[in-house]
Amino acid sequence: MTGAATPEPPVEGPRTRLGRLGDFFDKRLGLARLARAALDKIFPDQWSFLLGEIALYSFVILVGTGIFLALFFTAGQTTVTYDGSYAPLQGVEMSAAYQSALDLSFDVRAGLFFRQMHHWAALIFMAAIIVHMMRVFFTGAFRRPREINWVIGLSLFLLAFANGFAGYSLLDDQLSGTGLRIGNAAVISIPLVGTWIGSFLFGGDFPGDAIIGRLYSLHILVIPLLIAVLLAAHLTILIRHKHTHFPGKGARDDNVVGQRLWPTYTAKALGLFFITAGVLALMAGLLQINPIWLYGPFDIANVSSASQPDWYVGWLEGALRVMPNWTLSIFGYEIPNPFWGGVLLPGVTFSILYAWPWIEARLSGDRREHHVLDRPRDRPLRTALGVAVLVFYTVLGLAGADDVIAVAFGLSLNAWVWALRVGCIVLPIASAFITFRVCKELQLRDGPAPATGQRAPGGVTPAGDAGGDEAASSDPVPGPAVEPLERLDEAKTPVP
Amino acid sequence: MTDVDTTEPAGPAPPGGSQAPVAAAFIVAIAGGAGLAVTYALGGQNQLEGLCLALALGGIGTGVVMWSKRFMPVRYESEPRAPLQSTPEERAAFEADLAAGGGTFQRRRLLTWLLGGGLGFLGLASIFPIASLGPNPVPGLKSTPYRKATDDPDGLRLVDESGNPIHHTEPNVNGVITAFPEGSVGDEQAQTLVIHLREPMREPLPGQEDWGIKLSVDGSETEIIAISKVCVHAGCPVGLFEEQSQLMLCPCHQSTFDLMEHARPVFGPASRPLPQLPIDLDDDGYIVARGDFAEPVGPGFWDMYK
Repeated sequence: MTGAATPEPPVEGPRTRLGRLGDFFDKRLGLARLARAALDKIFPDQWSFLLGEIALYSFVILVGTGIFLALFFTAGQTTVTYDGSYAPLQGVEMSAAYQSALDLSFDVRAGLFFRQMHHWAALIFMAAIIVHMMRVFFTGAFRRPREINWVIGLSLFLLAFANGFAGYSLLDDQLSGTGLRIGNAAVISIPLVGTWIGSFLFGGDFPGDAIIGRLYSLHILVIPLLIAVLLAAHLTILIRHKHTHFPGKGARDDNVVGQRLWPTYTAKALGLFFITAGVLALMAGLLQINPIWLYGPFDIANVSSASQPDWYVGWLEGALRVMPNWTLSIFGYEIPNPFWGGVLLPGVTFSILYAWPWIEARLSGDRREHHVLDRPRDRPLRTALGVAVLVFYTVLGLAGADDVIAVAFGLSLNAWVWALRVGCIVLPIASAFITFRVCKELQLRDGPAPATGQRAPGGVTPAGDAGGDEAASSDPVPGPAVEPLERLDEAKTPVP
Repeated sequence: MTDVDTTEPAGPAPPGGSQAPVAAAFIVAIAGGAGLAVTYALGGQNQLEGLCLALALGGIGTGVVMWSKRFMPVRYESEPRAPLQSTPEERAAFEADLAAGGGTFQRRRLLTWLLGGGLGFLGLASIFPIASLGPNPVPGLKSTPYRKATDDPDGLRLVDESGNPIHHTEPNVNGVITAFPEGSVGDEQAQTLVIHLREPMREPLPGQEDWGIKLSVDGSETEIIAISKVCVHAGCPVGLFEEQSQLMLCPCHQSTFDLMEHARPVFGPASRPLPQLPIDLDDDGYIVARGDFAEPVGPGFWDMYK
């Protein structure tokens, strides 16, 4: 301010210490109105809306533990001789990367703990993302206007997937080397450009001496940065749209019913962050994961049986395993077998997932804006389809561990592979049929749609239906009676 | 925020209750944090670190959640959701402003084209550094260091993983040795299985009938063959030998190859035999390669047969 600043009336001055701090920033940034809006933002609370939060918190923990690991890890493929404190490997030649991972595990204070927490957090991150996506899919939360956020979310899934694979491939142990070998085979199977892509990734033929360093740049810089940017966009769009809500309690497409962000919701979210971190800490301390010292350093001529990737890669491994030995020759050019399971299947999967909001809109003819969620039972076809897809990839995931399962249950591996080949076609169809019937049955049991809100979260009495015309028009179940968009402006009048 | 409508101004009061459990949770958190510090100070121990940190974080988390459930207001409110789309007037105004600015580009057609050209060539030039990422892949995928044996009348010795040449008496009947061409130990593409079959291969590929070394051990006919160890499916080393059935199994995806029938795939996703290496014995009885593998080794690719 210049010169004779107008003295502020004393009544408007800050009265608390926090208020004075806020005043400092408000004078410089003018944030009070925005900040107040943030505190008062209404957020629907329902347990399934927290799944995405768990993914977010896992990412925060991944960044934190990852920074610690990066202080000690060497992403090098030069050959060194191990002389650390793990006796069985002393004197063994290995890459600098594997050696530094061993040192982290045995000779850095809390190193093993952070390594295990990082790995468990990655597994939970993927699990939370997938379950969050399932929630979004089965409740129709991807419909207009949220198609863009569906696309961003799916991209986050792919980035997290890629970073998980890159992360465990860095350690250069026998298991991760096998994973890279298979990944390389999938890449070079791509028609026309595959061998070039493989060479550009690996700096030549497999294994080369470049891949660990390149994966490291991707793993700690490029992909996390992309995740952070897309995550920011994901959340900004979420705020712009305001969260979806389930029918009942006066929820309509032109309002949002829930609790203010401050203080109750903030406390719960903060609590969930600490509980997520606490559970990960417990797992990191008590549950061993990826004991690389047992696998030994990567040796191209070796592989152990029972080589399984991290759980979220299992479906790709399974697809490679159950695929019959088909190849295609076109004028003397080859499309080798790993292309089907390793490239075509994920390509088709993610193309369909990306396009799904528009595919469904085309099929249903429903292109309206939706903010009230579907209950899965009220959309039996979509629910059945989603279950079938999940069953398909679960069967493939089981196939990724077919050798372990065959040994554990004393089955003939060949018979078991054939069972999986049949199962990955029959089981999805059967489960889709059963799901459809169950949805229909549940709809019947619901009886006539109740007019007022049910399913209040946390057993709290619904608040929004205290009579009045507005409340009576709340969405019946099934099939939310969406008010015409033209009337949105009128609906701004307060609910009684 | 003025446009928040309190649908039920008072709302249900917080359930309340004793604050003792919340306090207990925070005390657990304090103890956990203190324990963690002590654990670290004493040199660290993985399980204790996990336990202490879990108590510290979990105590805070549970405490805060219990606090919110017991003592914080539970009030459901409805906030209007304004239409996302701008009004027609706003859209028209935006379009007009955009067009007004864009006009300055359109009036200078030549400059706009030249600017586009500059950016385009910059983009084109930026593609070429990609070529530094790796060499032309095909030569390395189509041949192995065994090619040196093709022009050498003495052949190229096979050596084991320590670099020692392999005498034909070394692999016992049903024995398997991982071998490399001399001078290229550890080469991915050249890893080779030297296998002593208990009887000569029943169905060698046409033209490859004499690619193994026929022996007579204790009066019965046997044969030493050499095949690529790199799985033709996804490149894993094919490492499991079932003596009974004379089958080689790849532990990664369970492709199974029948050694009696030129290592033809009999189960799993592999679609072609493991390529065979022509071998012979040199004057000292050591195994030598007479040429390169019959066809490209390892996982297939687009122009592998071109």
